[in-house]
Amino acid sequence: MVNASQLVERLRDDKRALPRLMTLVENEDPFALQMLDALFPLTGRAHVVGITGSPGTGKSSLIASLVDRIRISGRPVAVLAIDPSSPVSGGAVLGDRIRMLARFADSGVYVRSMASRGRQGGLAWATAELVHLLDAAGFPLILVETVGTGQDGTDIAVLADSVVVVQSPGLGDGVQAIKAGILEIGDVVVVNKSDQPGADQMVRLLRNSFGLGQSSSNRAVPVLASNALSGEGVDSVLAAIDAHCDWLDQNGDRAVRRERGARAEVLSGLRTSLERRLAQRPESSPALTNAIARVTRREMTPRRAVEMLTAPLTGSNVS
Amino acid sequence: MNTESKATTDNDSVHQPPIGESQGERPPVRVLIAKPGLDGHDRGAKVLVRALRDAGFEVVYTGLFQTPEMIAAAALQEDVQVIGLSILSGAHMTLFPRIIEELRLCGLADVLVVAGGTIPKADIAAIKALGVGEVFGPGTQLTTIVEYITRNAPAPSPPW
Repeated sequence: MVNASQLVERLRDDKRALPRLMTLVENEDPFALQMLDALFPLTGRAHVVGITGSPGTGKSSLIASLVDRIRISGRPVAVLAIDPSSPVSGGAVLGDRIRMLARFADSGVYVRSMASRGRQGGLAWATAELVHLLDAAGFPLILVETVGTGQDGTDIAVLADSVVVVQSPGLGDGVQAIKAGILEIGDVVVVNKSDQPGADQMVRLLRNSFGLGQSSSNRAVPVLASNALSGEGVDSVLAAIDAHCDWLDQNGDRAVRRERGARAEVLSGLRTSLERRLAQRPESSPALTNAIARVTRREMTPRRAVEMLTAPLTGSNVS
Repeated sequence: MNTESKATTDNDSVHQPPIGESQGERPPVRVLIAKPGLDGHDRGAKVLVRALRDAGFEVVYTGLFQTPEMIAAAALQEDVQVIGLSILSGAHMTLFPRIIEELRLCGLADVLVVAGGTIPKADIAAIKALGVGEVFGPGTQLTTIVEYITRNAPAPSPPW
């Protein structure tokens, strides 16, 4: 077994090692996964902040502006920015970095782009594992920018300690603001592009909608306005993130979130692993082949076929 | 690298496993496309970014006006296996040596560098001598570039 602290030293001494390890973990390279095994006990120290919201609301620009402010206090910060992979070619254009170039010479800032590689829900398959690597490498603060997601991409809620939902003016009325989904997972809600018409109204709508009921955590969700390009309001966003971080520690919610995160990561891994095994070699499972044939002949609904196939896992007895 | 590269048909891609690598092929290659120097035209670069995306590459695009230091920093942090430099300003003989030197200083000498844009034929030999793998002039077929990169991109090896 490799010594974890020696590994961390290597990551510190060799500037190329961490980025390469991240590539290899993404590619599920066995060597890199062993390194992750060794590093994993060191994780759990970083504060992980998810930045999510629709495409074009200014997530990347807001992150760039946040990073500037985070660096004033000297805190190192890592950014993991996810863009979608093509469902057709598997390729991707990773264009978040273009907003974050200003601090390229700052050794306290690490920006890494990643492609979703077919996962839905706003993250990539390996996002959590790359967060673990950054965490073990000693970044106290990790910002994760999700794929631009509208109403439904809520996987970030179980990966991050704090979630910032970024909205911009013109994205909907008071009914949009009370719909279930992404707004529910926000610990901080930001209306970016505050210089544009409708921004004040958007802030009001969101504040009203949050006033209509309790949040799941019994904590008032701040709704803030920002202009990522001019920097206006970004100090307040950072202050709200830091305040949420403190709140988690004071209320014991951090432990709850961490347990939820561990559970979600194991379960999603389990699902992925099963899916891939079946997709790669469906013929290797006679039970699966048989079930598909029965559904095709309309002898059984797809739901009953699934129940039959999962019976050995759940311990139930279905014939 | 993967040893059991089985022949796959186009139909297979329809039933992709949920992970990006299609059917036991190698994982997507990461490419950086950069516009060095004072050159405000990036239509060509965007066409190439798009073509590489459609060929299954993961392409980091950093936009216009990149200094050699910015290009090397992006290549290091993003751990790309390939850097494509697009230049239309005529400053390639000034900028390319500085970019190559900066990459060397960052320990990135093994990254495949290719170039494209308005580069006179007379300069190509000197540019290749710097360590640039290939120079793609105006009129190059996109498939030629895709094939070259596919064939020559190094596989990411363990850091130690």
